[in-house]
Parts: sequence; structure tokens; C-alpha cells
Amino acid sequence: MSRFTDLGNQLYSGEKSVNFVGRRKYFYLAAIITVVLAILIPVVKGGFNFGIEFRGGSEYKISESKLQKTSLAEAAVHEVVPAIQVNTTIIGADTVRVQTPQLSDEQSEKVRLALAKAYEVKDSNVASSFIGPNWGADITNKALWGLLIFILLAAILMALYFRTLKMSAAAMLALAHDLILTAGLYAALGFEVTPAAVIGFLTILGYSLYDTVVVFDKIRENTHEVEFSETTTFAEQVNLAINQTLVRSINTSVVGVLPVASILFIGATFLGAGTLRDISLALFVGIIVGTYSTIFIAAPAYSHMREGEAKFTKAEKKILAKRSAIAG
Amino acid sequence: MSEKRTATRAALRSLTWLLTLMVGIVGVIGLGMVSGEQKATFVPNLALDLSGGTQVILTPIVEEGKEILPEQLDQAVSIIRQRVDSTGVSEAQINTSGNNIVVSIPGIPDSNTLALIKSSAKLEFRPVLVASAGSKTEIGKDGSRPIKTSTAKPTSPSDLNQVTPALQREYEKLDCSTKFREPGQIDDAEKPLVTCDRSLTEKYILGPVEITGVDLEGADAGTVTGAQGVATNEWAVNLNFNAEGGEKFAKVTGRLFPLAEPQNRFAVTIDGYVITAPTTQAVITGGSAQITGSFDQASSKVLADQLKYGSLPISFAVQSQENISATLGSEQLQAGLLAGLIGIILVVIYSVFQYRGLAVITIGSLIVAGLLTYILIALLTWRADYRLSLSGIAGLIMGIGITADSFIVYYERVKDELREGKPLYVAVESAWNRAKRTIIVSGAVSLLASVVLYLLTVGNVRGFAFTLGLTTLIDLTVVFLFTYPAFRLLTKSKFFMSGNAWTGLQLKESSAFGYTGRGTFRVAPSVSSGKIAKSSKEAERRQTIAERKATADQNSSAKNKENN
Repeated sequence: MSRFTDLGNQLYSGEKSVNFVGRRKYFYLAAIITVVLAILIPVVKGGFNFGIEFRGGSEYKISESKLQKTSLAEAAVHEVVPAIQVNTTIIGADTVRVQTPQLSDEQSEKVRLALAKAYEVKDSNVASSFIGPNWGADITNKALWGLLIFILLAAILMALYFRTLKMSAAAMLALAHDLILTAGLYAALGFEVTPAAVIGFLTILGYSLYDTVVVFDKIRENTHEVEFSETTTFAEQVNLAINQTLVRSINTSVVGVLPVASILFIGATFLGAGTLRDISLALFVGIIVGTYSTIFIAAPAYSHMREGEAKFTKAEKKILAKRSAIAG
Repeated sequence: MSEKRTATRAALRSLTWLLTLMVGIVGVIGLGMVSGEQKATFVPNLALDLSGGTQVILTPIVEEGKEILPEQLDQAVSIIRQRVDSTGVSEAQINTSGNNIVVSIPGIPDSNTLALIKSSAKLEFRPVLVASAGSKTEIGKDGSRPIKTSTAKPTSPSDLNQVTPALQREYEKLDCSTKFREPGQIDDAEKPLVTCDRSLTEKYILGPVEITGVDLEGADAGTVTGAQGVATNEWAVNLNFNAEGGEKFAKVTGRLFPLAEPQNRFAVTIDGYVITAPTTQAVITGGSAQITGSFDQASSKVLADQLKYGSLPISFAVQSQENISATLGSEQLQAGLLAGLIGIILVVIYSVFQYRGLAVITIGSLIVAGLLTYILIALLTWRADYRLSLSGIAGLIMGIGITADSFIVYYERVKDELREGKPLYVAVESAWNRAKRTIIVSGAVSLLASVVLYLLTVGNVRGFAFTLGLTTLIDLTVVFLFTYPAFRLLTKSKFFMSGNAWTGLQLKESSAFGYTGRGTFRVAPSVSSGKIAKSSKEAERRQTIAERKATADQNSSAKNKENN
């Protein structure tokens, strides 16, 4: 029998238990510190590292080139337009991506030919494109609207299903934590914010709430009519639910993270910058943070919001009195 | 025992449904392929980021303060589609995305194609000089007879003397079913034009341009009003000209009306193709005309839209243009597939480690979900022209997690029930009743996310939302029709009943704890450790489930008495 199964049994019975609810002060503190950092870091670092889709500019892709030196591109571009910023990235096995600020059609064609010469490929192997500064903003604006409306609808759905607004509120708190933290991580590590990263970011909200709902469903079940119990309190039942679903939470996040991690690894090693890496990075961070926040923030916060309700405090007083009587 | 047998039968029924569903989809696609449907395929189409190609995003330029209408955009899309098709580029995809038009073309388009996509539509009115069926013809009974009647200089746009021998030869040779126009070809407005109609059934020699789309104010479809002012069932397209256009139109109809067929017809062209060529039945002076004929509601609307929006010259600015080389595309696809494969292998290893024999069900669920996803995407490729993109693949990979999780939630529930001391076959059923609620509500949240994102966003985000929603639906189907029945069947086998360490269902003797009925809970020893005497903790642990239940019942009845 694996130790993990054993652990599962013990967590279920309460033989072993991590006091998530009782130690919430520390988790809150940790959450507040990380969230403040996640907000401060981008401010200090001067914002996010936005991809060309957000900045706008000209882009060239040189394919089937055996020369993979980035310095060649800079020299070639500067031959045509001196002293502009040139970002060169190697993508995959034989593609070189060169990004510059927006150039005129004429300049752009000259740069294209210069790059073909520099990288010793046919002219047709250099594709030039240009991206207006509005495109990324357009996508993001719509995505943000989508996010807002989703959060609103999800809050209503959860409130209806769980029959309490407080569960919605706790879940949203955790969701906000996840989103801010991931955004902060992008800024802190200087990862490029591309439309693909935005997609990954949106996944977090789906995943974070999905995970929270599973745990909350157990909490709902455990705390059903808990105010009539003479042996356990509301907070204890919430904590028990977290512990009972702990093995599930860990297994689920491992199973979710494994494919994403392999995409991240393969994407980053074989392809370098690109859609795969950007999406999987946000997913990777999101799944881990989403699972974490359910256990350490959403559930304790829910307990916090409800245990002050009169019916629960009354029951709790009775139980504590009874326990001290037995112990004494 | 009979209860068990019913469960087996129900499980088999579910599996049969699943099989029927899958075979049904495969059958539909297969049937489509056999019956010669061109797009029916078992190979999903790939979006441009995986197959390589160019994506151009066009933003319409509208006058300040004016909104672009959805119909206008649709019309622009169909005009662009016709133009791209005319360049011989196959597999082009033209969609709207918000107010933008997204054109996806395989390969790298040349500058002509790009210019063609961007340019605004040109709607023109030209008088018809000669018209006939759209195949090779010779004028006159015995070989070619000149159309031109004299060498005199043409006096009006309807004058047949405009048809030079060269023009006549061009017309005679013209076969509408072959390529006869260069894409983006710009015709001299002052000169006659040889062309076909859009449906390539009739060919024409047209006179010079007399009115352009700028002078057309609007067009709409409606029923013809009879002589007594009563609406009839006949559909027609109404044209409204501005003042200048009305004057021109009056002049044109005034000239055309007395002429003989086909010179009494005028043709409306978009991008050089004739969209309609009605006969003039009166001199129209009021600036509004009516085209009647064999229209129904739909066809009159199509023509009205073509006239209305074709006449509004919307031009487009390129918002972004992105090229992905075919090599990079296939690299991305390979990397995505390789990563997916490695990911699945890791998940399988982890499942075997965690769930031992029952990992068969996780793996089975993933395989069934994978197959279902594949054939559904093939079906969507055919029916809805769906194309799988890299962000779509990301959504599918999320699906692995969701599918596996549904099993995990159910499995953990079964173990919970076993810990409560229930026999396996009872645990499997009662756990399902609880787990299915969780699975449905968490699936609903996922589905909500994907629907909202799909409806409100554009581009790649949409592709992602689509597959996320699809995999969530597939997951729910798989859980109900595969995971649960498979669980029911497997746990009836001797091996899984044996409690062997490899079943993944064995339990070590451990203290049960949980909710046992209204108002009664068993105390978790560690929660109250230190507060409850050690001896009582020991005692409680040694109790059997039945004993504990009895104590619990006593407690609750004692409580009830107190309350009384």
C-alpha cells in the first residue's frame, strides 16, 4: 500500500490533519504580502514586457536559415534604418524572428532583402509582417470584458448552487489572488505578455474556480446542519473537508500540471519563444496557484466569513464547554 | 444479488450508448465521404499557426461617428472571399471577428493578393450591348458576323459601333467556366467591357460606366405593390439614387427603354462581374427604381444587400499581418503533439502509481475522451469548417486534467464510502450519487467560462474557449457513459473484490469519521486531541462502525430528550 493512500485514509478519518482553518492568519499574511509584491513589482519595474502585438511594429521571420546568429539581423536592419531598436529571437530549429518598430513599406522591403542577404537565404524565405498597436489591445479589452462577465455569472451560479453568497465571495477572493499573483509573476520575471499569455491567463479563472467548486462541494456536505452538532464546530468541519479532499487536490493538480509542464518544457527547449511556451507558462503557474489558493485562502476565508454567524457561535460555545468538561 | 445484476445491466447499457454515439459520428463522417461530400474527412484541419500561412486582420475604415453594420461586414466578407477565390488560392478562410475581418491564407501571399484583399468593392452600372449564354459562341448563323454596323463613331454608350472586331473576338471566345479575368483587374470605365455574371451562366459586352455605386443611396427587398395599392406576393428589389444618380438614371433609362433586347438592359457589376442585368421597362425619373423578376424573399434580399453594401465603398486598413512558415507550423504541431504524448504518459504512470488496478479506468477514460474529441473535431472540420489551432490544443490539454479529475473525484468518493465501512458494490453506487453533483457543478463552471469567453472574445482566445467547452462537454459524457459504468463493472470482478494491494481499493483499518446523520458527528481525535482523554480516543478507535453508530444514535436521542 502506498504511503499516499495511507495518508488519504488518515486525512479522511481526521487521524492526521493539517489545521488550514486555524492557521489562516499566516496564510492571509502570506497572501497579502505576495499580492502586494505582485502589484508593486510591475510598478517598480515600469510595467509589463508587452509583446509586439501590444506595442505594434514590424516583424520579419527568416526561415530555413543555417545561420542563427542574432547579431546579423541587427547589422542588416541598421544598414537600412540606423539606430532603431532590433529584437532578434531564434524560434525552433531554423527560424529567426526579427522585430523592429514600425517601418514604412519601402523601408520594410529593403530590410527584408537585407535580412535575406545577411542570413544567406532566398528572398522568399523572409516574410515581413506588421502588427498595428491596436490588435493586442483589442483582444485584451474583449478578454477583460469576458472575464468580468464570467466572474459575475460564476458568482451567481455558485451562490445559487451553494445557497450562500459567502461561498461565491470566498471563491472570488481566491480567484483575484490567483490572477494578481500570475500577472505579478509575469512582470517580475519579465516574461513577454503576448495574446497567447492572455489566453493562458484566462484559463486560470476557469481552473481556479473549477478547483474551488470541488472542494466547496465537500465543505457544503460536511457543514450541512453542523449547527445541530454537539461534537464539532463549523470551522472544524470546514477544515476536515479541506483535509478530506487534500489527496484529490494534490492528485488533480499533478495530473493537470504534468501535460502542461511537458508542453512548457518542450516548447521552451525546442521552440523557444512562441505560443506554446506563453500559453503553458500561464497554465503552469495558474494550476499550481489555483490549487494552492483553494486550500489556503478560499476555504479558510469561507470559514472565517461564516463562523461568526449566531447559530454557529452558539453551537461552538456549547461544544467547547463540553470538551473542557471532559478534559477537566 | 438482483440489485447487482440491474447495476451490471445499466452499466452495459451506458457503454452501449457511448459506443453507439461514437460509431454514429464515425458513420456520419464515413457516409459523407462515401457520398462524395468534399469536406468530409477524418483528418482535422489545422489553423494557420500549425499549417503555416498568413493571417491578415483588416479593420474597416468608416467615417467618423458612423458604425459599420453587421450586414455590411458580411457583404465585405463575401466580396473578399470571391476575390481571394479568384486568385486561385484554395483553403482561404475569411471570417469576421468583432468588427474586423480575418483573412487566413496558406503560404505567403504576393503583394497583388494583399492589395486585392484590401481594396474596396466597385459597383458600376453599364448598359448591355450584347448578351448570350456563357459558353463559346459565334454571332450569326454562318460564322462570325460583325456586330458593328458601320464604321461611324459611336454616338452613345449603347451604340453597337463600340464593339470592335477585337472585342467581338474576345466575346466569342469567352467561356465563362474558364478563368477570364485577372484578380484585381481594373477596367477602363470609359471603354466597353466583356465579362460574365457571377453565376457564370451568361456573358455580356457592356458599354462604358454610366453610374457608379456612389450615386446609389440604398437598396432593399420588398413585395411589389399592385395597381390598386395592394401588396402582392411578388418580390422585388428597390433602388434609391441620390439626386445626381436619379438624373443619370433617368437619362440612361430614357435611352435604353426604346431599344431592342438585349440593348434595353443595363448591368450592375461588382468587381467587374455582373450581379444583375434587368430589362428597362419604363423611363424612370423619380430616382427610385424597382427590379422585378423571378425573385423570392431570400434571393431579393441577397441582391439588395449586394447592391446596398457593394455601393458603399468601405475600405480596409491592415491591422496586422502575420506569417508563419510551414516549417515553423509543423514544428509547433510536432512539439505540441510530442508534449501532449509525454504529458499523457506521465499522467498514466502517475495514475498507476496512485490508483493501481483502477488506473485502467483513468487511462480508459482518457482514451475514450481522446477518441471522442478527435472524431468530434473531424466532424466540426467538415460541418463547421473548424480548424485546430495551437491555442485550441492548449484547451485540449486542459481537458486531460479535467477528464482525469472527474475520475479522481469519483474514486476518492468511493474510498470515502469504503472508509465508512460500506461494502464495495454499495460504495460504488452511493459515491456516484455524491460525486456526480460535484462533477456536474464544476463542469458547469468550466462550461460557463468557455461560453462567455467564446461569445465575448475574438481570435485565438475564441479557439481556446471553444476547445475548453468541447472538452468539458466530452468529459461529462465520458464520466456518465464510461467512467461510472466501467467502475461498476470492474468492481464486480473477482480481482477487485479481493482487496488485493493492486486493486487500488484496499483500505487499512483506520478510524472512520464523518457525518452520520442529522446532528451527529464523530469527533476527529486529532482535532480535539488534548481535550479528550486519551483513553476515550483509544476506545472510540477500537469500536466497530456499528458500535459507533449505536453510540451516535444514543447521543442524538439523548440530545432530543434534553430538548424536550
